[in-house]
Amino acid sequence: MGVGSNWRGTYTLFKKEVLRFWRVAFQTIASPVLTALLYLLIFSHVLAAHVKVYDDVVYTAFLIPGLIMMSLLQNAFANSSSSLIQSKVMGNIVFILLTPLSPVQFYIALLGAAVLRGLFVGLAIYFVAIWFVDLPIVHWGWILTFALLGSALLGTFGVIAGIWADKFDQMAAFQNFVIMPLTFLSGVFYSIHSLPEFWQMVSHFNPFFYMIDGFRYGFFGKGDVSPWFSLAVVSGFLFVLASACLKMLKSGYKLRT
Amino acid sequence: MTQPAIKINAVHKKFGALHALKGIDLTIEQGEFFALLGPNGAGKSTLINLLAGLIKPSAGNLSVLGYDVNADYQQARKLLGVVPQELVFDPFFNVREMLRFQAGYFGHGRENDAWVDEILEGLGLTDKAHTNMRRLSGGMKRRALIAQALAHKPPVIVLDEPTAGVDVELRQMLWGFIKQLNREGHTIILTTHYLEEAETLCKRIAMMKHGEIVALDTTANLLHQFAGKNLTLQLESPQLPASLVSMVKTSEDDTFTFAIAEPQEVERVLSELRLANIAVKDIQLSEADLEDVFLSLVGTTSNQNNGQEGV
Repeated sequence: MGVGSNWRGTYTLFKKEVLRFWRVAFQTIASPVLTALLYLLIFSHVLAAHVKVYDDVVYTAFLIPGLIMMSLLQNAFANSSSSLIQSKVMGNIVFILLTPLSPVQFYIALLGAAVLRGLFVGLAIYFVAIWFVDLPIVHWGWILTFALLGSALLGTFGVIAGIWADKFDQMAAFQNFVIMPLTFLSGVFYSIHSLPEFWQMVSHFNPFFYMIDGFRYGFFGKGDVSPWFSLAVVSGFLFVLASACLKMLKSGYKLRT
Repeated sequence: MTQPAIKINAVHKKFGALHALKGIDLTIEQGEFFALLGPNGAGKSTLINLLAGLIKPSAGNLSVLGYDVNADYQQARKLLGVVPQELVFDPFFNVREMLRFQAGYFGHGRENDAWVDEILEGLGLTDKAHTNMRRLSGGMKRRALIAQALAHKPPVIVLDEPTAGVDVELRQMLWGFIKQLNREGHTIILTTHYLEEAETLCKRIAMMKHGEIVALDTTANLLHQFAGKNLTLQLESPQLPASLVSMVKTSEDDTFTFAIAEPQEVERVLSELRLANIAVKDIQLSEADLEDVFLSLVGTTSNQNNGQEGV
């Protein structure tokens, strides 16, 4: 049932999912990069003189890893969720359901494409942003680890949302009422230490906070919590979501009634 | 021992309160050209969706060439090609890409390209191979849909209403290609609303009604058993004797078609007309077709249903 029994089938679905977003790269890659840059220009202009997060890090530099991670997470989610909801609404998901692809193979293919789109968007923002500000890199390993885990977590979330949602407006609700608030309230634009104590505590229940904090640690070598702790939390969340997602796929929930 | 292409054993399917399939038993042998007929809502598509693993049975089991469609779903699906009824397509890709993807999901790579070319040619899609699915006409989309089901060269092919809303040219081309596949050993299972297609193509037929199989036999036997003959008479008077009215199947002006179950009924019709002093201007005796069988077995009027349930 693993990938090995039909690696070609798994790879084909992965390739199709990658081509699906690549063919409309203007919308799926260029557009989020532009949005992130607008955030960067506006927030750094407005807040640079007012917000001091770390003594030796300028606000604009502090902002960039947060923006990269935010875009990476949102796009990983968008890739798997939009692919599923589109093919469900259009009915062409039947072409996948008729194949011998197992739930694990299906999950890995969709996840792989979601991670790849997240990484593409993140890298593009990084390469554009470093024209504007000096951005140190202290630990490559942590950057890569949190980029991969974060995009995998949101890619998985996207598969779950795509299976659950029957209509585009349900998906939009998921995106606007769950994903957006969790990302914006995770410390993309600020350090949680600048928040009142109550909101600091609330932030610790937000898994997005750990993804962004761990990712940022890779750039500056400092964060609001230990990167090891963030790693444990994010890995734990990924494990829980991946298990739930595979359970849904194996049961045929909403796909095979 | 040779496994049957399809074996369906005591299958029930319930959707909430609706009992869509009520204990279906059906065996289709390898190499058959088989038709599954029935009015809308009879349960044909439900049965096909169960075979394809798109839905799960409430009870019973189904297998493709000996592989259970749920327990051994990977093997079963490799052996089965299903053409869905709805005209669905992926708008991101062209025809050839879609066929390559579809074959790829089943583990086939470039070595399958020759077969993909053969399908494209057989279905008249060669010059549309690089056209985006979105830009194809309805008929071309239908061909592409059929091509996708064949991309992994399945030995058992299920076509759910493949000719719904398509022109005569495509129907001819499609049946030519499907007949060729059948000659090469593929098992074909077909649902259609065009009964003349089933009559000319299929050797064996199952008729469904309200989730049950009400008839299962060779096409020839069904025609012989249930349809009898049609006697068409053109009369001098448009008024029939009252005793003959119940035998009339269709009428138009002075031309009447009578359903004839036994040869002696012809004599009875003619003698009643003689007694009523009605002269016959023209006479024609013809074999009934599958439509007559269909109406007789699954027709909607109550007298047509009487005594036919459970045949």
